[in-house]
Amino acid sequence: MAPVSRPVSQVKAPVVRISGLRRSFGDNVVLNGVDIEIGKGEFVALLGRSGSGKSTILRAVAGLDSDADGQGVIDVPERRSVLFQDSRLLPWASVIDNVVLGAYDADARQRAKAALREVELSGKEDSWPKTLSGGEQQRVALARSVVRDPAFLLADEPFSALDALTRIRMQRLLQRLCQRHHPAVLFVTHDVEEALRLADRIIIIADGRVSYNEPIAGVTASPTLFETARNDILERLGVSKS
Amino acid sequence: MTLLSFSTPGDFLRHRTKSAETAKAVNLLPKPPFPAQRLLGPALVLVLWYVASEAGWISAAKMPGPDAVVTSLIEMVSSGTLATDIEASLQRAVLGLAIGVVAGFVLAVVAGLTRLGDALIDGNVQVKRSIPNLALIPLFIIWLGIGESMKISIIALGTMIPIYINTHAALKGIDRRFVELGQTVSLSRYRFLRHIVFPASLPGFFTGLRMAVTHSWTALVVVETINATSGIGFMITQARIYGQTDVVLVGLLLYGVLGFGSDALVRLLERRALSWRQSLAQ
Ligand SMILES: Nc1ncnc2c1ncn2[C@@H]1O[C@H](COP(=O)(O)OP(=O)(O)O)[C@@H](O)[C@H]1O
Ligand SMILES: [Mg+2]
Repeated sequence: MAPVSRPVSQVKAPVVRISGLRRSFGDNVVLNGVDIEIGKGEFVALLGRSGSGKSTILRAVAGLDSDADGQGVIDVPERRSVLFQDSRLLPWASVIDNVVLGAYDADARQRAKAALREVELSGKEDSWPKTLSGGEQQRVALARSVVRDPAFLLADEPFSALDALTRIRMQRLLQRLCQRHHPAVLFVTHDVEEALRLADRIIIIADGRVSYNEPIAGVTASPTLFETARNDILERLGVSKS
Repeated sequence: MTLLSFSTPGDFLRHRTKSAETAKAVNLLPKPPFPAQRLLGPALVLVLWYVASEAGWISAAKMPGPDAVVTSLIEMVSSGTLATDIEASLQRAVLGLAIGVVAGFVLAVVAGLTRLGDALIDGNVQVKRSIPNLALIPLFIIWLGIGESMKISIIALGTMIPIYINTHAALKGIDRRFVELGQTVSLSRYRFLRHIVFPASLPGFFTGLRMAVTHSWTALVVVETINATSGIGFMITQARIYGQTDVVLVGLLLYGVLGFGSDALVRLLERRALSWRQSLAQ
């Protein structure tokens, strides 16, 4: 089975619209016309070989690429959160102060406590980040993302530094959080199984463009479907079946 | 702590089996400090000094024993002259230090966070840094006379430099990742400074503060020999003229105690303010 790439305009009522995105570093053209649309509450996984420009897309969409040249239309919600590969917690701020960073309305602390409860870290509010394990730190980062009640969540390989068991726990946690808060998600990963497990749709980036863009709903339902989809995606990423 | 060195493969194997039997990792860090451990070294020196003078190994005229020093100390305390001198010295040191710390910090923040500030301030401070502070004394005497303002200015100028250098370096070295984090959670400029820049530069500030405190006492010793009528330095100069070795020693002892005490105070403040840091010297 070789699905034909559909036009992105198929996405109903997109909340994220990226079109004609071009980015280059000096003579190195990294993105050469990338179009991505994401619907409300839709989870999109972005795959691609190392160096294909996944992080460049994410940084452009998050507005963190002042050092890059380029053009394109980026239309994204104001209320957005970014999850990095490292938890990026301020070491001098307690867990709860890290979670409320950037949220200053009256009930921010109340929501932060609720968010910490959601990531199963109640009771760690006043700990220093350094005293937490890697998985716990990333959960604090998750709580920091959730507390802003984002309409759009961006993540750049947020679980890739975690051990296999912690990673699975984090994936489930993220799934639950997404079901509860319904953000549009752009999730960069190099882990095909992670993408298949979490996403509603998979986008592959190659040669500076979107080379694959398919919904994958239901593949987790059967092991055979999962296996087929996995091999298909791996092949598209240039890893041939053994 | 001995480091294991392996000369032959056989040696290596023997060590491996041995460590497997004891099953205990080598502790690479020094043992944790016990309370007041820093006082142990000075106490030992005191004991040696006492023994040496009691045994008559050193002449009492050149170096009276600790008991003689304590006797003159008690005399000076009860006559009240000592309190006046300490107060005069403390006032100069604290005032000069306070002005230097505030100036150094403000200049570092302005130079560290604004391009214009960097252009105007940093070059000047680097030039000032290479002129020994005490070499400025003649100029300051011409400008300000030989009174208190000259003494305090010299201390302030000297203490400003380490505060500036270390705070500025910390500000310039802020992790870019935290700047990005601030952008993604849309921190205002003020909140960015308060929650990220200021705490990130605090360790550098404290390094500077400890150097500045040490410097303030050093500068004090020098400026108090210039036309002072009070202060520990004045007291020492007078005592030298009259050959009172014990009073000279009391003066030195005071410098030592004040220097040690103020450094301990800064270290305490540092530990409080930077309690999030876990490091070797905890
Ligand atoms: N700040 C930068 N300066 C110069 N080149 C960069 C920069 N960031 C990324 N690149 C280049 O852009 C390309 C894509 O990088 P990236 O988006 O990080 O890839 P990915 O995340 O898919 O592994 C790489 O060739 C990389 O060298
Ligand atoms: Mg990347």
